Amino acid sequence: MKQHNKVSLFEPSLVNTAIRQSFVKLHPGLMIKNPVMFTVEIGTAVMLIVSLYQLITGDLSQGAAWYNWVIFSILLLTVLFANFAEALAEARGKAQAESLRKTREETPAKKITSDGKIDILSSSMLHLGDQFVCEAGDIIPMDGEITQGIATIDESAITGESAPVIREAGGDKSSVTGGTKVLSDRIVVKVTTQPGESFLDKMIALVEGASRQKTPNEIALTILLASFTLIFIIVCVTLKPFADYANTPITIAAFISLFVCLIPTTIGGLLSAIGIAGMDRALRANVIAKSGKAVETAGDVDVLLLDKTGTITIGNRKATHFYATETEDENEFIQKALLSSLSDDTPEGKSIVELAHAKGVNAQAAAGSQFVQFTAETRSSGVDTPDGNKIRKGAFDAIRQMAIQAGHTVSHTTEQKVKSIAENGGTPLVVAVNNKIKGVIELQDIIKPGIQERFQRLRKMGVKTVMVTGDNPLTAKYIAEKAGVDDFIAEAKPEDKMNYIKKEQNAGKLVAMMGDGTNDAPALAQADVGVAMNSGTQAAKEAGNMVDLDNDPTKLIEVVEIGKQLLITRGTLTTFSIANDVAKYFAIVPALFIAAIPALQSLNIMGLKSPESAILSAVIFNAIIIPMLIPLALKGVSYKPIGASALLRRNLLIYGLGGVIVPFIGIKLIDMLLGLFM
Amino acid sequence: MTGEITGVVFTFLLTLLLAYPLGKYIARVFSGEKSFMDLMNPAERFFFRVSGIDPKEPMNWKQFLKAMLTINMLWLVYAMLLLVFQDKLPLNPDGNGGQTPDLAFNTAISFLVNCNLQHYSGESGLTYFTQLFVITFLQFVSAATGIAALAGMLNGLKHKTTQNLGNFWNLFTRSITRILLPLCIIGAVLLAFNGTPTSFDGKDTITTLQGDSVQVSRGPAAGMIAIKHLGTNGGGWFGTNSAHPLENPNYFTNILEMVMQVVIPVALLFALGFYLNRRKLARVLFGIMTLGMLCLLIPTIMAEVGGNPAIEKMGITQATGAMEGKEVRFGPAASAYWSTVTTIISTGSVNSMHDSSMPVSGLMQLLGMMINAFYGGCGVGILNYLIYIIIAVFISGLMVGRTPEFMGHKVEAREVKIAALVTLLSAFLIKGFVALAAYMVAHHPEMAWAVKPGSWLNNPSYHGFSEMLYEYTSANANNGSGFEGLGDNNVFWNVTTGIVLLLARFIPIIGPVAIIGLLANKKFIPDSPGTLRIDSWTFGIMTFAVIIVINALSFFPALTLGPLAEYFSLY
Repeated sequence: MKQHNKVSLFEPSLVNTAIRQSFVKLHPGLMIKNPVMFTVEIGTAVMLIVSLYQLITGDLSQGAAWYNWVIFSILLLTVLFANFAEALAEARGKAQAESLRKTREETPAKKITSDGKIDILSSSMLHLGDQFVCEAGDIIPMDGEITQGIATIDESAITGESAPVIREAGGDKSSVTGGTKVLSDRIVVKVTTQPGESFLDKMIALVEGASRQKTPNEIALTILLASFTLIFIIVCVTLKPFADYANTPITIAAFISLFVCLIPTTIGGLLSAIGIAGMDRALRANVIAKSGKAVETAGDVDVLLLDKTGTITIGNRKATHFYATETEDENEFIQKALLSSLSDDTPEGKSIVELAHAKGVNAQAAAGSQFVQFTAETRSSGVDTPDGNKIRKGAFDAIRQMAIQAGHTVSHTTEQKVKSIAENGGTPLVVAVNNKIKGVIELQDIIKPGIQERFQRLRKMGVKTVMVTGDNPLTAKYIAEKAGVDDFIAEAKPEDKMNYIKKEQNAGKLVAMMGDGTNDAPALAQADVGVAMNSGTQAAKEAGNMVDLDNDPTKLIEVVEIGKQLLITRGTLTTFSIANDVAKYFAIVPALFIAAIPALQSLNIMGLKSPESAILSAVIFNAIIIPMLIPLALKGVSYKPIGASALLRRNLLIYGLGGVIVPFIGIKLIDMLLGLFM
Repeated sequence: MTGEITGVVFTFLLTLLLAYPLGKYIARVFSGEKSFMDLMNPAERFFFRVSGIDPKEPMNWKQFLKAMLTINMLWLVYAMLLLVFQDKLPLNPDGNGGQTPDLAFNTAISFLVNCNLQHYSGESGLTYFTQLFVITFLQFVSAATGIAALAGMLNGLKHKTTQNLGNFWNLFTRSITRILLPLCIIGAVLLAFNGTPTSFDGKDTITTLQGDSVQVSRGPAAGMIAIKHLGTNGGGWFGTNSAHPLENPNYFTNILEMVMQVVIPVALLFALGFYLNRRKLARVLFGIMTLGMLCLLIPTIMAEVGGNPAIEKMGITQATGAMEGKEVRFGPAASAYWSTVTTIISTGSVNSMHDSSMPVSGLMQLLGMMINAFYGGCGVGILNYLIYIIIAVFISGLMVGRTPEFMGHKVEAREVKIAALVTLLSAFLIKGFVALAAYMVAHHPEMAWAVKPGSWLNNPSYHGFSEMLYEYTSANANNGSGFEGLGDNNVFWNVTTGIVLLLARFIPIIGPVAIIGLLANKKFIPDSPGTLRIDSWTFGIMTFAVIIVINALSFFPALTLGPLAEYFSLY
């Protein structure tokens, strides 16, 4: 991935902002959005009142003054730690987004006025539908679509990729992004977004929290956490009459400490940080998510639609073999093939030249050679040499027809060869000289190295992969098998994609796809997760719910993992947080009643020194566990594709059992430390 | 002692042996397939025609619940009126008086909700008329209500996407005519042959060995005692319930009654497997629930068989274990098994005095009722377990990185909200009302009620606390057993437990049925390799952990002040 994306977790400048923000966030109006931490803030306020009351009246019925002040400070720290986690996540996301936004600060724009003149104004003055001109050396002022011309563009400001890309009017590569630089030629661009409404602006707003909405899953979890909090309110409130019955006075500090320790502050404090970090991770992978929900849904995807070209195979087909007919000389044939391809600019043509050179065959086009372009009618291309030879290469059907019309026969071995090449996933190109077949060139798709492992991984995640290709079913099947995808759509038309998505969705599956062209837009909109390439058309980008700045078709796989990580991090930290309560109960409950019921000493299994140190240790542990888990919350718990049950066992063992054991050790250690001072 | 343990093991295995075919049969009843009980067809058709019911009419979850709640409300009014005016009604050979309104309120609710908490004694508090037409009647219909609710839930899960939970009236009626009634007849006959009274005569008089003359209550008891167990009701004909020599005459009837109370809840688990065609799920549910049962049973048996250390310190050997409050004809092991199953299954009948159990046993009885889902009451046990499953599904779904799913339907905020509410309810009801009672005892011991708060508790300190905790826990679990030793026939206890009973019965039925109704409406998602299978043992253990953690977190402080403090003081 790109170098500039790596920001250390606790980058000092970000930490400073986050610290400042964690105080700003103490405002009750902001705190109330997080019910769990809001109750902690109320508890903190109560402790402040108790401490101040003691200071003024000197009443010691609520325990020693220093003790109350300490409890107050730790509770305040607990709230601040939680705020810090959220603020840090925000700061990181914002920094990432800012660095992207910097690229599109005020630039001069050459607007075309209604009377056709060019008016130079600031980019912020451009509106939807305006047209502007960019020439070599200009920074493109706004996102838009090219209406005229073709240009090479340096998109490194956004993608980090230094190789320039070609963008031209019409077709699927017509979209340009504000902040990128035109390297050559001149284009006319139509503005496609309102100022402040580009994808980047939307993303920044999401990360900054202004327009961040809780995802449905986050809402459900908040409800569950709030109900746990309510249970603990009941536990603490009823403890008062219970204690009266048992003739045990309990101080306010003890009540509040018990309450704060029991409520799921760990997950409550980290929940929003986890959500922001998920979107931030997507952004770091150069994917702009239009909502947090989109990232979450990605984790649920069952079916992945992938374009063959660029995703599964490297670019285009390449020539891999020359097969001369038995009557032809091998070198002669290669030379003819080479001559036919010298002026063929298609990737296939170039690869034939490369292969011929690699075989040590060299040839120059003789002066007066007449090149014949590929047309849909002839389905062949080639060259007419000055010595009167007509060399043609093309699909077997087309060449065979030419040969038979000219009275030549097609040898059995040629037919065999053509068939075997097709069966092995290759594309046969037949070369004829003066309508006589000379041999067959084998073109092969090169499957990306490592792609099989990635599909393997997806299969283990329970995601079905589907290859979409324009190839005939035979070739498609071969490549699908070789790459290890589960299904394929051959000879795919845009509506085939759409139908496939609908079919899967009707069966209850969630479908993700990636696309760039305008004709992909309906399918992108239909898919549950639609990732549009940044180079794609505006329509495609509007239709999808994510935009990939790198235009990397394998990005879907990463997006799925990011989504899963997000959910897993939430789930494991919730489990950890709740499991912690077991130890806290064993620390605090005996401490509350030990004076009245000495027999409960047996419940003090940690052997904590005194009731005060027991409660203090529990509260301190409860506070410091939040910052200790920030790195995990921001980086996310790693996802292992080992099957749902195995993954549950693993996470239950680490975060469930670990969540039970860790606080026993932590609280005991803190108690031993406190023992040195108390 | 080995003999006694063998008796327990035998009883449990016998139950399983009977429950498996019964479960298969119940699944057939639910799906309306032909069976030998079709001989009930004319009777059922007659009921439906008289009541103007179309038994094939589909119901969505709201209609289903509406039907269930309406008829229950009707029964409540009916039962209360009969109890208050029972002295004016026939079949009262002993001349017993009417119940006070608050006691009638408590009794009517208590039997309506399948709880059978009894703040009266059957010999003097009821007439034969109300025993039969209020108590026995409610014991049938309340059990059938639970079974019908479960059947509705299973209907919601059987089809991929559906609105229809089945017809409540049909499911309810068939539960009585084809499940409860036939089993009950067998049970009652066996009891009658072993000496349980089946007569309409009034009290009999016997002369004891000492020469005193003693009045012995009788009545048409055998039928009621059969349904009290089969329907997991638990309310006794006589005040001392199944510890009474006529209600539970010998070791055989003791086995019979234990089998009868466990057999339907276990059979319903198997029925779930057959009906949904998810046998593995039924096996896992059964396995986890049995594990839970054993976790409660083994410490109880050990504590009871081990005897009381306080007595041991006095130098008295206890070869037969802790015998205080136990019947000699049953012994500590059978009593321990009974006390465990009666609390986990929400029967609430007793064959020993729970107040006299060892602290560990008291703790286990309380836990059994707090969890209330290891087998659980007729139908409702599985509904309670569903709530734990929903929470477990949600958390573990997150842990494997998928939006949580239950049987092919996404679990979202609404379902979690309902599950959380139901979970919250028991913590709120139990702890809230115990706190209120503790407050009354501590601060207003002289209130002018029939029993003053100061004299509520037979025992001071921890044990007194356990008595209060037990009463509300039992009411909340719709269990109905009492720790006893609590002066509970007064307006405070009658009214507060009445409220707890009503809420704790119907909200935990409405909640799961609503969840299933909502889920069944959603798009069906077929399983994929990434789906967390809820019929895996891993998920079973996860649910078990959720059950333990939720209950421990809710009740640890209360249990500390009651049985735990008592245990640590005693040992």
